[in-house]
Amino acid sequence: MRLVEQIRMAFLSLFRRGQASTRLDDELRYHLDRQIAENISAGMSPEDARAAALRQFGNPALLRDQTRSTWTGASLDSLVRDLRYVLRSLLHSPAFTLIAVFIIALGIGANVALFTLVHRVLLNPLPYPEPNQLVSIYEHESSGTNPHAYMPIDAGSFSEWKRAAQGFAEMAIVSPFQGYSVSAEGGKLPEMIEAAMCSWNFLPVLGVNPALGRTFGPADDSPSAEASVILSGAFWQRRYAGDPNIIGKQIWLNAKPYTVIGVLPQSFVYSGAFGGNTVQVWTAIAHEFPPSLMTAFNDHEAIAIARLSSGTSLDALVSRLRGVQRQIKSGHPEAGVHDSVIGRSLLDDAVQDYKTPLYALLAATGCVLLIASMNVASLLVARIASRRKELAIRVALGGGWLRIMRERLLESLLLSAAGGAIGLAFAAGALQWLVKTRHDMNRIEDIHIGAIEIGFVIVAVLATAFFAGLISAWSSKLRTVLSGLQDSARTLSSSRSRAGLRRTLLVLEVSLTVVLLVGAGLLLKSFQRLRSTDIGVPVDNVLTLHFGLPEARYKTAVERMAFFENVLSRVRALPGVQSAGLASAVPGQGYGGDDLVSVVEHPPLPKGTGLDLQIRGADPGYFAAIQLPIIRGRVFTADERLDRANVVVISQKAAEMCFPGEDPIGKHIKINVDNTVGEVIGVVRDTRWNINEPVMGQMYWPLFSERWVNVALVVRSPANVSAFAMPIQKIIGGLDPDLPVSGISTLRESIAKSTVDSQFDSLLVLAFAVIALVLAAAGLYGVLTYLVTQRTSELGIRIALGARREQLLRTVLFDGIRPALLGLFVGLAGSAAAVRLIRSMLYQTEPLDPAVFASVTVLLLAVATLACLLPAWRASRLDPIKALRTE
Amino acid sequence: MEFVDNLGMGKPSDLVQGTLDLLILKTLLLDPLHGWAIAKRIQQLSGEVLQVQQGSLYPALHRLEQQGWIKAKWAESETGRQAKFYALTAAGRSQLEKETANWNRLSAAINLVVGEA
Repeated sequence: MRLVEQIRMAFLSLFRRGQASTRLDDELRYHLDRQIAENISAGMSPEDARAAALRQFGNPALLRDQTRSTWTGASLDSLVRDLRYVLRSLLHSPAFTLIAVFIIALGIGANVALFTLVHRVLLNPLPYPEPNQLVSIYEHESSGTNPHAYMPIDAGSFSEWKRAAQGFAEMAIVSPFQGYSVSAEGGKLPEMIEAAMCSWNFLPVLGVNPALGRTFGPADDSPSAEASVILSGAFWQRRYAGDPNIIGKQIWLNAKPYTVIGVLPQSFVYSGAFGGNTVQVWTAIAHEFPPSLMTAFNDHEAIAIARLSSGTSLDALVSRLRGVQRQIKSGHPEAGVHDSVIGRSLLDDAVQDYKTPLYALLAATGCVLLIASMNVASLLVARIASRRKELAIRVALGGGWLRIMRERLLESLLLSAAGGAIGLAFAAGALQWLVKTRHDMNRIEDIHIGAIEIGFVIVAVLATAFFAGLISAWSSKLRTVLSGLQDSARTLSSSRSRAGLRRTLLVLEVSLTVVLLVGAGLLLKSFQRLRSTDIGVPVDNVLTLHFGLPEARYKTAVERMAFFENVLSRVRALPGVQSAGLASAVPGQGYGGDDLVSVVEHPPLPKGTGLDLQIRGADPGYFAAIQLPIIRGRVFTADERLDRANVVVISQKAAEMCFPGEDPIGKHIKINVDNTVGEVIGVVRDTRWNINEPVMGQMYWPLFSERWVNVALVVRSPANVSAFAMPIQKIIGGLDPDLPVSGISTLRESIAKSTVDSQFDSLLVLAFAVIALVLAAAGLYGVLTYLVTQRTSELGIRIALGARREQLLRTVLFDGIRPALLGLFVGLAGSAAAVRLIRSMLYQTEPLDPAVFASVTVLLLAVATLACLLPAWRASRLDPIKALRTE
Repeated sequence: MEFVDNLGMGKPSDLVQGTLDLLILKTLLLDPLHGWAIAKRIQQLSGEVLQVQQGSLYPALHRLEQQGWIKAKWAESETGRQAKFYALTAAGRSQLEKETANWNRLSAAINLVVGEA
């Protein structure tokens, strides 16, 4: 009851102020009138009665104020008044307000965007029950150069692990980088889809329930089971329009029928270091892998996940499995069998690759926000300075010191809040753009601005407000404010100390800017290196597309060969096509497989060892089509095919590896795993399979043989090569309407894709660095302009006394450049320490690259000089008469 | 309250303020009164010793109203004019009991000290 009463009163006194005041006046007047009436009845004349009553009443205005001050929200009242005052004064200088709000919006916006990214991608737990128990297990080579190499595993080792882990963890295996071609059916186009093959317990281990139907059971996960498939929610929606009766229906994968047994929820996504977030269908691994692959120890086609039992740690599991793997290795000493095991949490597995870049970017945006708030603080300090007299007078007249402090804080809070709101809009836009451009990133689909992000905005706003506000409040300390009254126009000491604070801020700003510039410079240089890396063939005017012939339909090599030749002859006949060829893998478009080989003419290598070469299949026309230069010998002829396919072309690197100091032509290479022997007939130039990775030795075998079913078609044309995509698809569709074509892109596009990370990181950091540079330059300019204004009369006197203008220019210029120089040194030292953190993001670029450091120094000095030049020049052009008259 | 009134210079001390609150609450125990009548009533009941000045009375009334101990209503007064009448709330009634007990304890203690001297 009392609470209700209190709230009612608070409401009345807050929102019905006018009415309450009138009523108070009435109340007091009633009292006065009663007093007068009493005085009259006591025998006074009306005038005397009134005078006596008033005397007794005291000061009515004071009484009214005292009474009002008991009302709830009296302090709020003055706060509102202050707020109104601050708002008015901000609106009075719209240019200042706009600039300050914009700077803060930029700083907060960038931070919110990056924070959202870090929070949603790196920190948010995975969307599975008890995600902390989930880990990924990889194989590892204990003698390898990289102690953190997470290598795919073989199914043979996995079944041993699973047995050994019983009671400690439930283990499942998944091969997330598979694919199928889905046949045309019911008027739908054939297409190539990404797929994962997994053990039956994979989905239960993750803790995922199907949206429709069921997941695999142990019976589905065997070679003899009927083929079954589980669809991803997205694939089900897209291709089958969310058909609720899909369970039990058949779809055709690689020209074989599969029964749909379940559909996964739309929200389900599995993303590991080796992909998985774009998987469209899931099949049972023991049914899909040939039995030999399920027991192999040297064919690494999968990764393992495990759910730890309570009480088991990742380390305990890994050390247990290491023991198992050591035993496997001692039983199978071949080179392809790994000797160790390594593991990490499922979350780390998904986001490890983004950790360093994202944290580096977050650090960069943090710097931008710091610089932004310093700039705003600096602007606020300048504003205070111009109002010193006003403040001094207020304090002298008894204006509360805390009131003035509060005003400063309110001012910066208003600016920050406006900046934060606009920054949030910035961030929302930036994130939308990001999700569109970077759908290759794991967990990017989780990105949205939620409650925590809003909380972050509020914290950022408050932090900025207090940082900027306190600095500006501190600069108007009581003593310095009062000294404003003593200042005659020509004393300089206090204004100097105020500029000193701004100078310190400037040094910090400049040094942070230098760190950002150095980081951006290194990343840009690394990106340039990456861009200009030669993959081994000319990349312009080449179109590539991929297709695979399902073995269910094209059973023999002869049938496949006929199809390949059919496609080639029709494509070559297209007007405008300069050349066309087929290969199993194209430079810059993927690993494409490798094999251990030995040289027949050399003494046999120890058992289980060999030379590791990437293996490619190529038709005779491929080398000309991709313009791969032939260094020695020749390439295949048209009749070297099928049982005459016993010839091989090797790359320069492979020649150095296999035939150091010898002529490889005429010698023979043997693939260890199946004893295929080929005569070396030619040496071609090296190509890179991935622009980020070192060159590997390569060997090319004739494509027209048993081995090859998946191929890339390479088409070269003098101009506008993309235009051939449609006609070529029509040709292939004409030959087999069920055959999907995938990966249509120009060679340049596919290379650009592999540099997208580097481009993204370097461009973003560059953008932040440019913002920082502009802010720092603006800061320099502002401080120097302020100083010159402060010193107008002094400079005027100097000129009047005959100082030379060049000399003045130099003095003022140096005054401005000094903090920049200091900041430069601090920044360079800071960079030298900071760049170590981004070492892993750099490609063929040393963290302490002298060229980058030198250019940053030059750039910063140039910008600083430019920023200082205008105020300095203005100072030197002062008209002494006018300058002396300004006071 | 002559000794209470400090001519509006600064705020009355806690002791004095609490005492005035107690007097007001006690005065309102029987029936609602307006400010003038409260001052008169206190004056009469104290045998003309305590004269409550407006400078203390009205801030105190408004503070008590804000705190929910008393509530106010505009009604016709004995002179026929509208006046603001204050009445005890239920919370005010229990507050009065508490303050009365406090006062008794305090005045007994002071009596002990002063009486001994």
